[in-house]
Amino acid sequence: MNDLGFYLVQALTGLSSASALFLVASGLSIIFGVTRVVNFAHGSFYMLGAYIAYTFVERLGGALGFWAAVLLAGVAVGAIGVVVELLILRRVYQAPELFQLVATFGVILVIQDLALLTWGAEDLFGPAAPGLEGTVNILGTRLPEYDLALIALSLVVLGALTLLFHRTRWGTLVRAATEDREMVGALGVNQSWLFTGTFFLGSMLAGLGGAAQLPKGGADLLMDFNILAAVFVVVVVGGMGSIPGAFLAAVLISELGAFGILVIPQSTLVLMFVVMAVVLIFRPWGLLGRPEAPGQHGQVGPPEPPLRPPGPRLRAAGLLLLAVLLALPAFADDFTLVLAVEIAIMALFAASLHFAMGPGGMVSFGHAAFFGGGAYAAALLVKYAGSPMEVALLFAPAMAGVLALLFGWFCVRLTGVYLAMLTLAFAQVGWSIVFQWGEVTGGDDGILGIWPSEWASNRLAFYYLSMLASAGGILALQYVLHSPFGYAMRACRDSVVRSASIGIDVRRQQWFAFAFSGALAGLAGGLFVFSKGSVFPDEMSIPRSFDALIMVLLGGVKTVLGPLAGAVTFTWLQDEIGRLEYWRFVLGALIIAIVVAFPQGIAGFLRARLGPWFGVREMEA
Amino acid sequence: MNRLKHAITGITGSGILAGLAFVLAGSLHAAPAFAADPIRIGDINSYKRLPAHTIPYKMGVELAIEEINAEGGVLGRPLELVSRDDAGKPGEAVKIAEELISKDRVALISGTLFSHIGLALTSFAGEKKVLYVAAEPLADALVWANGNRYTFRLRPSTYMQASMLAREAAKNPAKRWATIAPNYAYGKDAVAAFKKVLTAIRPDVEFVAEQWPGLFKIDAGAEVQALAAAEPEAIYNVTFGGDLAKFVREGKLRGLFEDRLVVGLLTGEPEYLDPLKGEAPEGWLVTGYPWYDIDTPEHAAFLAAYQGKYDDYPRIGSIVGYNTMLTVAALITRAGSTDTEAMVDALEGLSFDAPTGPITFRALDHQSTMGAYVGWTTLEDGRGKMVDWTYMDGADHFPPDDEVRAMRPSS
Amino acid sequence: MTPLLEVRGLSRAFGGVQAVDDVGFTLDRGRLLALIGPNGAGKTTCFNIINGQLAPDRGSIRFAGREIVGLAPHRIWRLGVGRTFQITATYPSMTVCENVQMALLSHHRRLYSFRGRAAAQYRDEALDLLARVDMAEQEDRACSVLAYGDLKRVELAVALANAPSLLLMDEPTAGMSPRERLELMRLTAAIVSERDIAVLFTEHDMDVVFRHADHILVLDRGKLIAGGAPEAVRSDPRVRAVYLGSEADAGA
Repeated sequence: MNDLGFYLVQALTGLSSASALFLVASGLSIIFGVTRVVNFAHGSFYMLGAYIAYTFVERLGGALGFWAAVLLAGVAVGAIGVVVELLILRRVYQAPELFQLVATFGVILVIQDLALLTWGAEDLFGPAAPGLEGTVNILGTRLPEYDLALIALSLVVLGALTLLFHRTRWGTLVRAATEDREMVGALGVNQSWLFTGTFFLGSMLAGLGGAAQLPKGGADLLMDFNILAAVFVVVVVGGMGSIPGAFLAAVLISELGAFGILVIPQSTLVLMFVVMAVVLIFRPWGLLGRPEAPGQHGQVGPPEPPLRPPGPRLRAAGLLLLAVLLALPAFADDFTLVLAVEIAIMALFAASLHFAMGPGGMVSFGHAAFFGGGAYAAALLVKYAGSPMEVALLFAPAMAGVLALLFGWFCVRLTGVYLAMLTLAFAQVGWSIVFQWGEVTGGDDGILGIWPSEWASNRLAFYYLSMLASAGGILALQYVLHSPFGYAMRACRDSVVRSASIGIDVRRQQWFAFAFSGALAGLAGGLFVFSKGSVFPDEMSIPRSFDALIMVLLGGVKTVLGPLAGAVTFTWLQDEIGRLEYWRFVLGALIIAIVVAFPQGIAGFLRARLGPWFGVREMEA
Repeated sequence: MNRLKHAITGITGSGILAGLAFVLAGSLHAAPAFAADPIRIGDINSYKRLPAHTIPYKMGVELAIEEINAEGGVLGRPLELVSRDDAGKPGEAVKIAEELISKDRVALISGTLFSHIGLALTSFAGEKKVLYVAAEPLADALVWANGNRYTFRLRPSTYMQASMLAREAAKNPAKRWATIAPNYAYGKDAVAAFKKVLTAIRPDVEFVAEQWPGLFKIDAGAEVQALAAAEPEAIYNVTFGGDLAKFVREGKLRGLFEDRLVVGLLTGEPEYLDPLKGEAPEGWLVTGYPWYDIDTPEHAAFLAAYQGKYDDYPRIGSIVGYNTMLTVAALITRAGSTDTEAMVDALEGLSFDAPTGPITFRALDHQSTMGAYVGWTTLEDGRGKMVDWTYMDGADHFPPDDEVRAMRPSS
Repeated sequence: MTPLLEVRGLSRAFGGVQAVDDVGFTLDRGRLLALIGPNGAGKTTCFNIINGQLAPDRGSIRFAGREIVGLAPHRIWRLGVGRTFQITATYPSMTVCENVQMALLSHHRRLYSFRGRAAAQYRDEALDLLARVDMAEQEDRACSVLAYGDLKRVELAVALANAPSLLLMDEPTAGMSPRERLELMRLTAAIVSERDIAVLFTEHDMDVVFRHADHILVLDRGKLIAGGAPEAVRSDPRVRAVYLGSEADAGA
């Protein structure tokens, strides 16, 4: 084998893998740039592109038919994106920032079940592209012809997008909107059509990406989540809203992957997240991105009313709730207690995230790092030191806090979505360490047999223990929110310049606040281990982070009770609906319905309706 | 939409609205259990995470239950399956297990596919003293390092299947081996077991490359190139599903498999071989399930019943599901009650005849002796098949008893 | 006696543009120094450098005899430099009183304290400061709903919370009615004399400048082109040419 040929082919293989990644990522980048919607459903559009193209290829046949099918799939997915935008997202643009991502999460669930119903469970093996089934010989090494076609396709799309954005009025508007949204409003542009058009283009690119990779693999039901993290990494590394950035990042990550596996074959899990973390540390807005306008985060929509101590009726309601929880075992069955424990743990987890992302203004997409970090800290202490549960439950928040100090030191240097993505990157690095380091952590076989101490091992005792710890944690978060520390944290969110000019070391304040939030997530994780008896890397994974995010946003990020409402609703719904065969469809549809009905979140809605009676003051008009 | 509506109707007995009403009302009434009513089996599986594997499993389960109940059930009571999706999450599986036990009053828990979910339930079963019959998870630790009194497993484990392949592979003169396996516990176990057994028989072999693509995230072209660069004489493949499809296509295009022995764990299972259609690899040594060629009367009866009921052919999941329910029926019959301790005692050393041959649950480590089919892949009528296969009895592929005893926790 | 603030050779460029070019001046306690100049003359850059938000390319700033170049804004504030902003920077999710309490909590080094409700701490001190700027009656309103002029006064109260010896006020009267402007500047002048502090401010309204400043510096394209008592500056031909010539005629 010729060495040069080998490396050349490896490089070209990397470029061809970058192709689908770039197509999908550029779509996401455009959508985010213009609408500021973090579209979790983008992976689903990619998956739909693959399935729809598969169906078209079967119907049409032939070389012309193949490419026609790829294009048609792109257009069809673009149309689906428009439907999602018109029916769902358009109704919630005015909601607090990031709220739309809850809706897109619902869309993911709906599409997963619809795809299963339409195309069945079995993986569909993609057809080879007619006329491009063979290979070319490059200095003695074979390269599939279709790899070259993919490389060409990505260059064509890059060129077309560049022309579109620099040579057409619509493209210029998209660029203007990406840079400054206010300005577009001022120009008198019909913003809603600009958004709809953007969704069409972005979704179409995702569909095209899915369709174009058919000959490299096929269509299966796990494609959506499998590409999602990689696409977000590419968008963030490239700089959100930047097409050339997305291209550069896709190439960078694919090439590092292609050559990385030659040096460290195990690097497949973690490499891109390490790249993202390094890029964000040195270039906080990605390779070709621009700094975000200050004050854009957590500040969309009406300003938050000042914090007030709960009035007498609200206190009474809180005490009543505690009394009900205290008495619950007297009239509830065993499983209700198990479910209540789970809800309480999730409520604490969500409340800890809310502390950071609501009043703290630091959105974390990787909070599972601390939940799972606490869980693993407790489990490892039990496993290796034979520690009793009581010590492990203290160790969990302590170690999660230390972990949050470590990650936070880097994260608080960033703001907004970049901060969120850096937390995600660190969480993934943490996840892959736990996943890969089987000798110590058990890898994905987890750590088993972590059960409560004797006295707490019956359901009743453990119920009271977890209620005490969860309620204690949530009340501690509330207490700290009203303390000088909590006020200073909120001050840093409200205005960085004002805070600095009254002597607040903004980064340090946020850093400690982030760590405090992480510590309480760790307490939730510690409780979780003892409630399940085992821990797996799943508890540090992206879906676990998303759970908390969905709970906080669903409940209402601008209300103190939001995370509780969100945790109760989400956990309970999941359990109830989980009995249905098509539970994902039903849960997704319900989430979308809730999002559209309560754009301020469930607790936001309740506050507007019941707040006055409870003595909660709304903003003056 | 019709199909969806139909599906939900099938569960709730009315339309989507009633489905929602059911959801809202569900928590209010836990179903009471009466002494004379069916024996409930708590079934947990990843029905949504990997439906290609778990739906055939459930079809096999339902066929078995139908047949068992048609013959009068067990102890005079019909079996009833309470089936739940674990969403692919171990924490969720534990919660559902609690719910099945305390709310649905099931006699035991069965099912599961993913190893980590199986392990979570193993831990749960040991602590809460609940019988757990693991159907498909392959992790060796399930019955060995983390084994306990209440956990049993049906399907041959990673070690057993890798051992079957390694013994066959040892007959080939190839000395330079490369491996490719998904980067998670199953992949690592499968490679370690294969290496252990192969090098024990053939001390002269060397492993020249190991590739570890992320599960379902393979960058197939780059991985194929990396394997080729090591110039192995033989390749051991553990990838499956979408990863396998991509690996096979790239490997064929780039000539990786030319003049090389390829050994594939699970590659011959219909779940993974059939989607490849006309591009299925030829001449690989694999474990799988050649349902089309197994002509024992027991299997012929199973096949006829399955095809009669479903108008589809069985997958490996189907036969495992079927055997799981045979296990459940046999163990309850032997125990004479649904008392957990009695059931555990009954299952230790239990033997019965399954379509795949006789199966015994070893008292030593609670692993069944269900075996696997090992053979060579070929293309026939545009689809992959296994030929020259033999059924290898699991009983022949265990480490020595004292080694197993040493691995299992003493308590 | 060393001056309270001594600026020497301050320079800062953005890309190719010299925003501040070799600026130097001194300021003593009890004085109001106005920094004027057309838009883009470098006033805000100058402020941001003095208050530590921006690093200068060159130059020295001595505050009470101590070099402060290179110190972070929050450290400079601890030395006794208060600041108000051209576009008001307050905490919209807090009440008027809490905005001032926040500065007091910082002053008393209670930022990392978990003890007690923040809203109950240093409340009387805060109300006193608000009374001084005539905002005590609105203490319980959210800052997000205040009129702009009121916000400016809240900022003044916030800036006074750590008993500063120097106040930096960037366009303190921007966006106010003429009557409000004079009131605010009268209030500022009164505070300067009663607390013996120094004020450095920028201002567009020449009426305000010439009525209240003790000393005026004129900045044009980053350079100081004139400086002195209001009368001297008013009659300086260079000032009239680059600055007053255009702005005064426009009736600013």
